Amino acid sequence: MDLSSSKSIVIIGGGQAAAQACASLRLFGFEGDITLIGEEAALPYQRPPLSKAYMKGELAEERLYFKPEAWYQDQNIDTVLSVRATKIDRSAQTVELEHGGTVSYDALIIATGSRPRALPVEGADLDGVFDLRDLADVERIRPRMIAGQKLVIVGAGYIGLEAAAVARQMGLEVTVLEMEERVLARVTSPVMSEFFEAEHTRQGASIRTGARLASLGGADGKVTTAVLADGSELAADMVLVGIGILPNVELAEEAGITCANGIVTDRDARTDDPRVFAAGDCAARPLVHYGRNGRLESVHNAIEQGKLAAAAIMGKPRPPEDCPWFWSDQYDLKLQIAGLSQDYDETVVRGDIEARKFAVFYLQNGKLIAVDAINSPPEFLASKKLIMTGARLAPETLSDTSQSMKEIAAAAV
Amino acid sequence: MAKIIYVDHEGTERAIEATNGESVMETAIKNSIPGIDADCGGACACATCHVYVDDAFMEKVGKPEDMEQSMLDFAENVQENSRLSCQISVSDELDGLRVTTPESQH
Ligand SMILES: Cc1cc2nc3c(=O)[nH]c(=O)nc-3n(C[C@H](O)[C@H](O)[C@H](O)COP(=O)(O)OP(=O)(O)OC[C@H]3O[C@@H](n4cnc5c(N)ncnc54)[C@H](O)[C@@H]3O)c2cc1C
Ligand code: FES
Repeated sequence: MDLSSSKSIVIIGGGQAAAQACASLRLFGFEGDITLIGEEAALPYQRPPLSKAYMKGELAEERLYFKPEAWYQDQNIDTVLSVRATKIDRSAQTVELEHGGTVSYDALIIATGSRPRALPVEGADLDGVFDLRDLADVERIRPRMIAGQKLVIVGAGYIGLEAAAVARQMGLEVTVLEMEERVLARVTSPVMSEFFEAEHTRQGASIRTGARLASLGGADGKVTTAVLADGSELAADMVLVGIGILPNVELAEEAGITCANGIVTDRDARTDDPRVFAAGDCAARPLVHYGRNGRLESVHNAIEQGKLAAAAIMGKPRPPEDCPWFWSDQYDLKLQIAGLSQDYDETVVRGDIEARKFAVFYLQNGKLIAVDAINSPPEFLASKKLIMTGARLAPETLSDTSQSMKEIAAAAV
Repeated sequence: MAKIIYVDHEGTERAIEATNGESVMETAIKNSIPGIDADCGGACACATCHVYVDDAFMEKVGKPEDMEQSMLDFAENVQENSRLSCQISVSDELDGLRVTTPESQH
């Protein structure tokens, strides 16, 4: 369906994917109305610093925003903030808003992101228990980031571990509770888990794996203790919850758009309604380098799908579908990840783990499918390209540090 | 305050009043300067904010740190004066800085 002569484009959500879609639509020459409906009070901003520099107080709030307010005015983009979209009516081509009123669309982009999984234990609603997703969460957390305070983090995923690193650097007493037997269990290999666990321990955080939180206890409505399934208790002045996210698919689902752990899209970010697109954390897209569909939770994915949707609407050639990538900063460690490691059958370590400068490559039937690179940009950047070409690499070549990544990449087939 | 002059690959110049403490990348993005993607938002993680620094400013801008240097080694069309613009912080010192943006970051 050709939508390039659309008069009105509506974007539901005001995050990374929405901001990208706005910029790309104008770049691709769309001159009609753009309405961005965002539930948060803030204009679109970057989330990664929320668990890194911004949490630590090293980045001013205005530096989180992708674009200043004036840009939206200049670009004639109507930002409807602090308002939730409550319904999509596909036959009328309208979106209903929380406080009444509707907006009509010729093309619709759903960029509703995801929300933190709720902590399913008693006491989760006590004061001092926080999620880490929005600017508003960090505003509540930051005044309590005081040296000596006891912080319990539930969940050793990237966000939990990044928060642990910030809190340790600010002098808090940190305990991380993880149900699985190792940290980052769902996203990385045992070698990497072991490395991060050792690093956090060395930095003075207490990492408790195989530890299931049973409940939170409090006094006067404020959290004071975390009770584990084995009956042991930990004192807590604050609890941060980082146990994963759920995609915000309900609006699409209720409108009858196909969802399967995410709003299902084709390579152009189009749903099964040709006028409706989905981008970012809420979408399940074809992962072209892996021959399957999947939902990604990353900046790269949100940017790319924002661009894909805008290009498809404007009838432009499809922008490149890059190898998925992600990063995480903890202490002075920069982790850069290229590719998706889920289905690996072999790992290869390159570099020196002790020196905190190494990479773990993931192979499947001899083909490079992913890398986790610690303080090692060449391994990350070279792999990003190699993964897209479907390169086969011998383990002994990958681990041979007498050859540079440039040389290895040049020789790869 | 410092004035930064962005020159695109076709030679078109845009002079922007930049805020001290923000990066040359952030100033570019907020002012819709073409040719810079900056996907990671300045985390020195993506290498999509590559620019060429005018020779006259090479010394004032300083040398890249190790992480940045090893990212740059993998950027397209790297030159002696290549930098990642998210790693250059604006200050009075840099008033008049000219940087050229590439046609694309890929
Ligand atoms: C603390 C933290 C750290 C992270 N660090 C990294 C990192 O280092 N690297 C990386 O690659 N990724 C990181 N991520 C992930 C990355 O930020 C997300 O993948 C990205 O923000 C997804 O963009 P999005 O536009 O899909 O969703 P979001 O940015 O979540 O935006 C969705 C927006 O839509 C709004 N919304 C939802 N429903 C409605 C509705 N019905 N009506 C109106 N508005 C609605 C939401 O309130 C939200 O503002 C991090 C995420 C967090 C939370
Ligand atoms: S913005 Fe990503 S490296 Fe500069």
